[in-house]
Amino acid sequence: MSSLLKIEDLHVEVEGKKILHGVNLAINKKETHVLLGPNASGKTTLIMTLIGYPQYKITKGRILLNEIEINKKPIYERAKLGLSVAFQTPPEIRGVKLRDIIRLSAGGEPWDPFKEPKETFATPLMSSIGLNPVIFRDRDVNVGFSGGEKKRSELAQVFAMKPKLMVLDEPDSGVDIDSLKMIGNKVSKYVQENDCGVLVITHYRHILPYIKPTMAHVMCGGRIIVSGDPYEIFSKIEEKGYCAYIDICPPAVKALLEKEGAPS
Amino acid sequence: MAEVPEWRKKILEKAEKTKAQPAKFGPDITIPEFEVKTSEREPISAPDELPRDVQQGANIVGINPDEKLRSGTYFQYDHSVVLARALNTVPGVEVMSTSEALEKRSWMKDYWWNAVQVDMDKYTAMAELKQTHGYFIRTEPNTRLTLPIQACLFIGTQGMVQCPHNVIIAEKNSELHIITGCTTHPSIDKGMHIGISEFYVKEGATITFTMIHGWAPNVEVRPRTGAVIEKNGTFLNNYICFRPVKTLQMYPVSYCIGENSRARYHTLIYGSKDSYIDVGSRAFLKAKGARAEVTARAIAKDRAQIIARGHLVGEVAETKAHLDCRGLLLSSEARIHAIPELEGKVEGTELSHEAAVGKIQEEQLNYLMARGLNAEQATALIVRGFLDPEVPGLPDQLRMEVKRVVQLTAEKAL
Repeated sequence: MSSLLKIEDLHVEVEGKKILHGVNLAINKKETHVLLGPNASGKTTLIMTLIGYPQYKITKGRILLNEIEINKKPIYERAKLGLSVAFQTPPEIRGVKLRDIIRLSAGGEPWDPFKEPKETFATPLMSSIGLNPVIFRDRDVNVGFSGGEKKRSELAQVFAMKPKLMVLDEPDSGVDIDSLKMIGNKVSKYVQENDCGVLVITHYRHILPYIKPTMAHVMCGGRIIVSGDPYEIFSKIEEKGYCAYIDICPPAVKALLEKEGAPS
Repeated sequence: MAEVPEWRKKILEKAEKTKAQPAKFGPDITIPEFEVKTSEREPISAPDELPRDVQQGANIVGINPDEKLRSGTYFQYDHSVVLARALNTVPGVEVMSTSEALEKRSWMKDYWWNAVQVDMDKYTAMAELKQTHGYFIRTEPNTRLTLPIQACLFIGTQGMVQCPHNVIIAEKNSELHIITGCTTHPSIDKGMHIGISEFYVKEGATITFTMIHGWAPNVEVRPRTGAVIEKNGTFLNNYICFRPVKTLQMYPVSYCIGENSRARYHTLIYGSKDSYIDVGSRAFLKAKGARAEVTARAIAKDRAQIIARGHLVGEVAETKAHLDCRGLLLSSEARIHAIPELEGKVEGTELSHEAAVGKIQEEQLNYLMARGLNAEQATALIVRGFLDPEVPGLPDQLRMEVKRVVQLTAEKAL
């Protein structure tokens, strides 16, 4: 079976600085992969490169989505091919309503109350994700949203896109346990029902029981240094910190781990 | 025409003395370059009797030819009042030309140049010396309109100057809504509009005024507007200008003279081509509990220059006002200059402002593109969002209607 997402020997630089040094990753349908690693290990760079942010330059390797190379495709074309991201800190856009972004994410038009007296697309989606539509329908996207509200709003947009591959950037940061549970359950349900693949960045194990991950990868110094059973990896890191993997690291990464990954 | 009364002769004298005085802001215009005399237009009995192209032009600036969702219509075509009527469904409302009101109402002298100074500059002087009509709209005490009166000031003759003088009075505890559209015929390229508007909001009354301008690249525009707001009165002013203009300068002012009086300005400007637009909002807080809120959104494209002013003056204690101005630059040749001014004259007045000018943030574009929108769609969405017509404080039905009108204007212009 061919992979949904295949990243081969990916090298990326930002403003002339090399950040990723040969990342390999494959995600199949119905699989949920967790990506973890110390700060500045390259997780965000990997995601931004996946989305297609122009300042992230691929110098070597390729990214395949459903066997289509997307290295040179602009952001919106990747989105149309089924890649959808729940951002960690989405920007505020004044005047742009959450309901309209949800509708546009699904390929629709902004809500026009003169054509459609009662909004029927974004409203049920918001309800299902725990955002009260009476309050959130008319809110400017992300303006004044709490941490949990932003995560829910991101997920509503992601689900509206009917993605084939979801990327969730720290969906568990700054949210309470109820939100965490709801977000995790919604994601795993969607994955099973829609033959979707997921890449989740997280620092914590709390979300694992809900998203039911298939595999975890530890990133360090711009490389994936280990992949395996998520619970085993989390246990090891919780016990020893990222230094647990120091022996298998290349020298450059080792130096970095010794500096940043030591358990406090 | 009846003999000019003494009180007006004095005003005319003042105007005569001011007729060469340039305005404080905006490029100076040689008014004699514009034609004062035009041929008369025939009266009509309903807006849909107007020529099709006139109807369409007026429709874009908020005038419904079928008068649907309106309480009445005033239509001035060049210098002729072709229609002035309140629809029968609403008693207690008067709609007529100010020239007619000056003849019929002896008390008009109390409302003529009392919210705007006739000797402000050559444009106010011109408007008095060469005044041609303008609308008089008044609600009786306790009359509460739900639907707006529509008023159109239409220029249909190349190179003319139009000088209407409007007087709007909401008597005690009444509610009055107006949508006014000022525009030129599609074939007109050159012209000048000097519109005087005086608002009198009596105790407990509300006026909402939505003004939509739709000009052409060679039209000079110098409106002069003032509002006097009494105790517990509210004046909401929305201004929308999305089409190019040669130069446009105005600085409407509110005098909050009564306790708990309130003024609110919401301005949306989309400047394109070589437009020079200098627009501000000013409020004087002259009584305890008076409040003013000013929001302005300006977008400058091509080589447009926009000056967005604001001036809040707190003259007594227990007053509060806020100014919020945001500018968006869509080209490297466009300019936006925000000039917010706060003037506190007494302890206990609370004045604040926020202003920001910049281009669309890359992060916002990328975010929307990650949702599947291409760069143009994402930009359009941000621009439309920036010019958000959601004006707080309008009644539901009117809010929807203003929104619809602004959307229509935006669709034609953006």
